[in-house]
Amino acid sequence: MQRGLLGIEGMERADIELVLETAFHMKEVGQRDVKKVPTLRGRSIINLFFEPSTRTRTSFEIAGKRLSADVINFSSSASSLSKSESILDTAKTLDAMDPDAVVVRHQVAGVPKRIADELAAPVINAGDGAHEHPTQALLDLMTVVEEKGRVDGLCVAIIGDIAHSRVARSNIHGFLTMGAEVRVAGPPTMIPARVEALGVKAARSLREALDGADVVMALRIQGERLSGAAFPSIREYAATFGLDRAKLRFAQDDAIVMHPGPVNRGVELSHDLADRRPSVILDQVRNGVALRMAVLYLQAGRRARAQEPR
Amino acid sequence: MARVLIRGGRLLDPAAGRDEAADLLLQDGRVAAVGRGMEAQGAEQVDASGCWVMPGFVDLHAHLREPGQEYKEDIASGGRAAVAGGFTSVACMANTAPVNDDPAVTDYILDRARQDSPARIYPIAAATKGLRGEVMSEMSALVDAGAVAFSDDGKTIMDSGVQRRVLEYSRLVERPVMVHAEDCGLVRGGVVNEGAVSTRLGLPGNPAVAEVVHVARDLMLAELTGAHLHVAHVSTAGAVELLREARARGVHVTAEVTPHHLALSDEAALGYDANTKMAPPLRSAADVAACQQGLADGVLDAIATDHAPHAVHEKEVEFTAAPPGVIGFETALAVVLELVRAGRLTPLQLAAALSSNPARILQLEAGRLARGDPGDVTLVDPERRWRYDPAKGHSKSRNSPWAGREFTGRVVVTLVAGELVFHADRGVLHP
Amino acid sequence: MLLADAEIRRALLRMAHEVIERNGDLSRLYLVGIPNGGVPLARQMARNLREVAGLDALVGMLDTSLYRDDALLKEQRPPLRPTEMPSAVDNRVVILVDDVVNTGRTIRAAMDALLDLGRPRAVQVAALVDRGHRELPIRIDYVGKNIPTQSGDLVKLFLAGEGAEAGAPEAAMKVLLLRGAAGEGA
Repeated sequence: MQRGLLGIEGMERADIELVLETAFHMKEVGQRDVKKVPTLRGRSIINLFFEPSTRTRTSFEIAGKRLSADVINFSSSASSLSKSESILDTAKTLDAMDPDAVVVRHQVAGVPKRIADELAAPVINAGDGAHEHPTQALLDLMTVVEEKGRVDGLCVAIIGDIAHSRVARSNIHGFLTMGAEVRVAGPPTMIPARVEALGVKAARSLREALDGADVVMALRIQGERLSGAAFPSIREYAATFGLDRAKLRFAQDDAIVMHPGPVNRGVELSHDLADRRPSVILDQVRNGVALRMAVLYLQAGRRARAQEPR
Repeated sequence: MARVLIRGGRLLDPAAGRDEAADLLLQDGRVAAVGRGMEAQGAEQVDASGCWVMPGFVDLHAHLREPGQEYKEDIASGGRAAVAGGFTSVACMANTAPVNDDPAVTDYILDRARQDSPARIYPIAAATKGLRGEVMSEMSALVDAGAVAFSDDGKTIMDSGVQRRVLEYSRLVERPVMVHAEDCGLVRGGVVNEGAVSTRLGLPGNPAVAEVVHVARDLMLAELTGAHLHVAHVSTAGAVELLREARARGVHVTAEVTPHHLALSDEAALGYDANTKMAPPLRSAADVAACQQGLADGVLDAIATDHAPHAVHEKEVEFTAAPPGVIGFETALAVVLELVRAGRLTPLQLAAALSSNPARILQLEAGRLARGDPGDVTLVDPERRWRYDPAKGHSKSRNSPWAGREFTGRVVVTLVAGELVFHADRGVLHP
Repeated sequence: MLLADAEIRRALLRMAHEVIERNGDLSRLYLVGIPNGGVPLARQMARNLREVAGLDALVGMLDTSLYRDDALLKEQRPPLRPTEMPSAVDNRVVILVDDVVNTGRTIRAAMDALLDLGRPRAVQVAALVDRGHRELPIRIDYVGKNIPTQSGDLVKLFLAGEGAEAGAPEAAMKVLLLRGAAGEGA
């Protein structure tokens, strides 16, 4: 497996399978009374979050601590940071402290890659702009494997703001690599240009996307876009692309509903759907810790040697 | 005054339609004689065997950053980089600090150029005061001070009424209005070409139609006003088509294309390198092909570098926050020479796009090598292999998408007014 | 081949007798196999205990990968293996079962893993093969056979034939020695 985890695009199927299998073993560790193993004792992991995200940061933090690593949280809003020092300066400064892994979240696509190009420590992308959020896609795949026993041959519908969603991109690459069919649907203003080039089918309606789907993934409408000009109103969005039990009838009888959280209740999902089967949202969260333990186990400590070109 | 004899080369003089083996004698800063087997007692000899002898290149679109942003570039460093790339005449854009919207700034630029630049510098003045797109600049006074054209480049005059008045008024001074054609409402924060690449990268897309819509508007306004419209850095197939139609119906329009839009597609941005971020952005492979075809057909008149220096720390930020633009003087010839090797352009067409056509657009006495013309000459060795290292270049900045690239063909000698100002093995020869 | 199926089964039967002799209260026995090689051996020992003493000993498996002191030494991390413990270890007499004991580091890791799971009354170790290159003060309570080897050799239990994949009782067992196939301290 390659050093670092910047995205699902280009990741080998065998590597995805290795991560998932490792994650299932990690999940067993999380079910013990003592949920801690000494694997990364004496190792340090830096959570470098330029964009606030309590959920993802906490998930990585718990994952690191369950592996006995020292987890250091470095949070800074990019705006205050860019005035005083560049992102690369910050990253290089942290790298000089010899961390065993650096987890990066940034609101602009490509920043984790630029940081990874400069660092000796392996970089794990915890979400960059509208680009990728690889650990989210991997935990989603893990949840689907748990529910369906496989990914190959499944039909997956991703609904909502595809254009601005890193979760959508990572999941598209992940599900396609693992052999599923992927459809996307959303307001036409939220479907990115040439989306078919990613290998998905752009459905013309919610109903067309849901037809026979085994997995339905609703994306979060970001707060700043709720009032944006990409759709006329929340009421109209909820009516056309919000999921409820009635609309879900177009999908397979045993279809599951996923959401990366946090849910805007009554917008992406109806209230009762957010809480109960067939939604598996809390399983996704639970699997998130195990999946991130797996990624840290497979990556931490793999620093580039000085003579290697970075 | 010194005499220079350039011997044994292949003379490319597009203004005269000449492509033949010929020697060139320069005397008193001008071309004294053109012919074969010339001898000149006491003249400095330049061996041009294996080389193309071309009129000094004319760049009608560069940013020299002085006054105000000398940490990126100044007239001295920009002028040195220009002659190292074979450019003997450079028109510099008005987005300096202060903006070149006042004859005093134009004066200052010309004064600095006389002292420090080995290349001839021609200021382009702002079309509107402060580049704000509201009030016209004092065109008459600016032309008197030495401005050769008007442009708010880097910004777009979105108010069509203002653009109409700028074009109308420019007829008084008979100078081109150069437009940076991008509809801001359509660009809307886009930083890479909208398409498969922007979707993969998750970066905001800048659609080709942002340029096309704006070119369409300005062509109609040029037709209405009869002014000379010049479209800067054409990047889209749609704009090339509109220009083709407008030329056919007699609109007074000229256009330029940059080496990067001729050579690189948006896929160059896949590694998030901010040195692939330009405005307009690198477009699709189909757009690149259309620009090449437009240049070959003469719909696009000139190759202009849009040399836009930015400091390393300004580019080493988030892709969205990095300023757009790349430096281009020292790589321009090598990059576009690929089009000649690929059979898309003849050497004479290349020479025209780099010298006589831009000189004609800016009404400069340049870009020709007949007897009596200025002794501005560029020698190109089309077979010489070299590797480009921006850190060893003459610009103060290094923001090039071609760092580390191997090229075949380079500028080996540049003369301005009969004086040797650059030699590939000796560097820039200017005090 | 170091040990054939019949030799292995004989050794395991003898070890089962030793377990019975040594432990007074057999009701607390818990056989814990260390994957991969220890797991089929633990199961076979349990079958032997049932046949010899009518005893239904608990059988579990415990992966040591996350407790190993060499887990991070290599770029590619060792794959994790299943841990399946059907009952708590508290107050049990746990017998860790592995195919081969050499440096003792795996047993050390297994003991740490076990102690994180609870508080056994006692921990004993059973190994089919003892290679003897001990690097830690680990004693083996039940040994199938002592086999001196080079430290660079790889010694490992293999299952073959019908049911090998599933680890079925009728699968043939053998222990192979592969000269120089392991790195230092394997």
